[in-house]
Amino acid sequence: MSDKVLMKGNEAIAEAAIKAGCRHYFGYPITPQTEVAAYMAKRMPKIGGTFLQAESEIAAINMVYGVASAGLRVMTSSSSPGISLKGEGISYLAGADLPALVVNVQRGGPGLGGIQPSQSDYFQSTRGGGHGDYHMIVLAPSSVQEMAEMTVKAFELADKYRMTAMVLADGTMGQMMEPVDLNFEVTPPPEKPWATTGTEMKRKHNIVNSLSLVPEELEKLNFARFERYEQVKKNETMWEEYMMDDAEIAIAAFGIAARVSKNAVNEARKRGIKAGLIRPITLWPFPDAPFKKAATHVKQFISVELNMGQMIEDVRLASECKVPVTLCNRVGGMIPSPEQVLDAIVKASK
Amino acid sequence: MVVYDKPHALLDVPLHYCPGCLHGVVHKLVAEVIDELGIEGKTIGIAPVGCSVMAYDYFACDMIEAAHGRAPAVATGVKRADPSKVVFTYQGDGDLASIGMAETVHAAARNENITVIFINNAIYGMTGGQMAPTSLVGQVTQTSPYGRDPKLCGYPIRVCELLSELEGPEYLERVTVNSIQHIRAAKKAIKKAFQNQIDGKGFSLIEVVSSCPTNWGMTPQNALKWIEEKMLPYYPLGVYKDRSNGEVK
Amino acid sequence: MAKFIGKLTFRTDNCKGCGLCVDVCPMKVLCLASDKINKRGHHPVEAAYPEKCIGCGSCAIMCPDFIITVEKEEI
Repeated sequence: MSDKVLMKGNEAIAEAAIKAGCRHYFGYPITPQTEVAAYMAKRMPKIGGTFLQAESEIAAINMVYGVASAGLRVMTSSSSPGISLKGEGISYLAGADLPALVVNVQRGGPGLGGIQPSQSDYFQSTRGGGHGDYHMIVLAPSSVQEMAEMTVKAFELADKYRMTAMVLADGTMGQMMEPVDLNFEVTPPPEKPWATTGTEMKRKHNIVNSLSLVPEELEKLNFARFERYEQVKKNETMWEEYMMDDAEIAIAAFGIAARVSKNAVNEARKRGIKAGLIRPITLWPFPDAPFKKAATHVKQFISVELNMGQMIEDVRLASECKVPVTLCNRVGGMIPSPEQVLDAIVKASK
Repeated sequence: MVVYDKPHALLDVPLHYCPGCLHGVVHKLVAEVIDELGIEGKTIGIAPVGCSVMAYDYFACDMIEAAHGRAPAVATGVKRADPSKVVFTYQGDGDLASIGMAETVHAAARNENITVIFINNAIYGMTGGQMAPTSLVGQVTQTSPYGRDPKLCGYPIRVCELLSELEGPEYLERVTVNSIQHIRAAKKAIKKAFQNQIDGKGFSLIEVVSSCPTNWGMTPQNALKWIEEKMLPYYPLGVYKDRSNGEVK
Repeated sequence: MAKFIGKLTFRTDNCKGCGLCVDVCPMKVLCLASDKINKRGHHPVEAAYPEKCIGCGSCAIMCPDFIITVEKEEI
């Protein structure tokens, strides 16, 4: 009897968060991720947790800031326009070195955009999103199982490095249903002596803060934070390589685009074209290594994305522009078809 | 015998506020209440953006710096994380009634079991004296240089009155600290606001009509008079909601 | 009726010379020392007539910077 449960992507995120020990969820309805909030609304009260539909996305991220200050695992979820609203709060989380999970189930943009899937928040996610020098760990699942696994991983990494993690999904991932194995080994949270839990008159007071008016001190804080980021780059970068050993045409794709591209790669191989796929799983830190290596033997990279060309810049940077990099894309809620990707591969192979 | 000394819940550091600014008076009252209720060890305070942004350096309890206007949301998170803790916010008029109005109204509507200390001095002090949502009609500020004109920017907001229409909040009182008598009454109100939280009664907000001598362009003494003569007629003192005792103004 | 004499101590260096304590004292004990400047550059409060102090605490209650500690004893 399988331990697997058939789940919707959005719900897999919610259940995985609970498995990871998250007992506080704050969110706001927005398509295509409202199921996360609805699931939490039902589950949290049953396990003594907090579900609160906040008055806005802004209030929700600040409630997250409060729970994170108190040293507990906490999350919010939203979709693209809501993430824009959370930008200030995410910057504050970074400036105060607080662990938290923000889930973005992307939709078409910019502005109100559409409610169908996209990957057009890549820049927003990997370049920070809010103001100032900072990063979030950005994890990009491409299956419902990964929606769950990456959620657990996000909490663990956020706690390990005292930073915010993002699970960057898209509307397809959020809505699709696949079997999920929820039996995770969860690393429990570390001690958090810095948390604002009350002095109990036994210690000096803790201050959770991102304000630092003395330039020398603010500079020190920034450099120290980026030293931690270097550790993340060294230890936590994740990617998948598919048929890359002898590849001459390499696809770069994440999330739903990677699933589509895998089909196209298989079809291309059937036709004798040496195609391969590099699938970044952490978008920040971006996996430079496989691209640098691939640049020694591929003729061309094709970045397959549901946006106007965002990850393609990181592909160019990682491969040091040694070989041409082209874009194969759909936007506005459209998803590239395997045929479209195959066409691009065939064109590149000529 | 000691009649008056610095409260324990205030650290022995100099405050950065302007000479005669009443922030220090309210800080003392909050700290005295924390001392008297014996809750310093389980209190978490949330500082705003405004002149009192560095309140986190002054109070002896754990402190969190919130984004502008977001203190009630942050307080909600802290309180939900551990309801046994005492959580208070300390906010100015821009923080609470302008950018943070949604967070204020909804925390009150949810009857979030927190204590909100609202300093209303009808001006944005920290940024150099701009108009606040509570600035009076005709009041000259940097962004209302010809005096606040209701035709251009509407009328000042009376926060206690506004929130009193909500079902949610437990206790709303407006006080001031421009005289010894008023200071004593303000302390009583603040103590009740904290006691309500300890008793699980819910959202308590104390609006403290206060001064800004620097940006009002007055001596501290004249600022106390301005409160009496100009502010209090528009912002009358009193209890605007007291659910447990059925009192309403 | 018991009579009290008050004793005042000042964190003189932190005083900002706002004068609110001077105004609020019912016995007119206090003044801002016109001949002294503290580390903050202000004329700090001092007791001009300490013998008049009854230890009511009004000055300390009014002071925004907790400059004054008030004690009293019965005489």
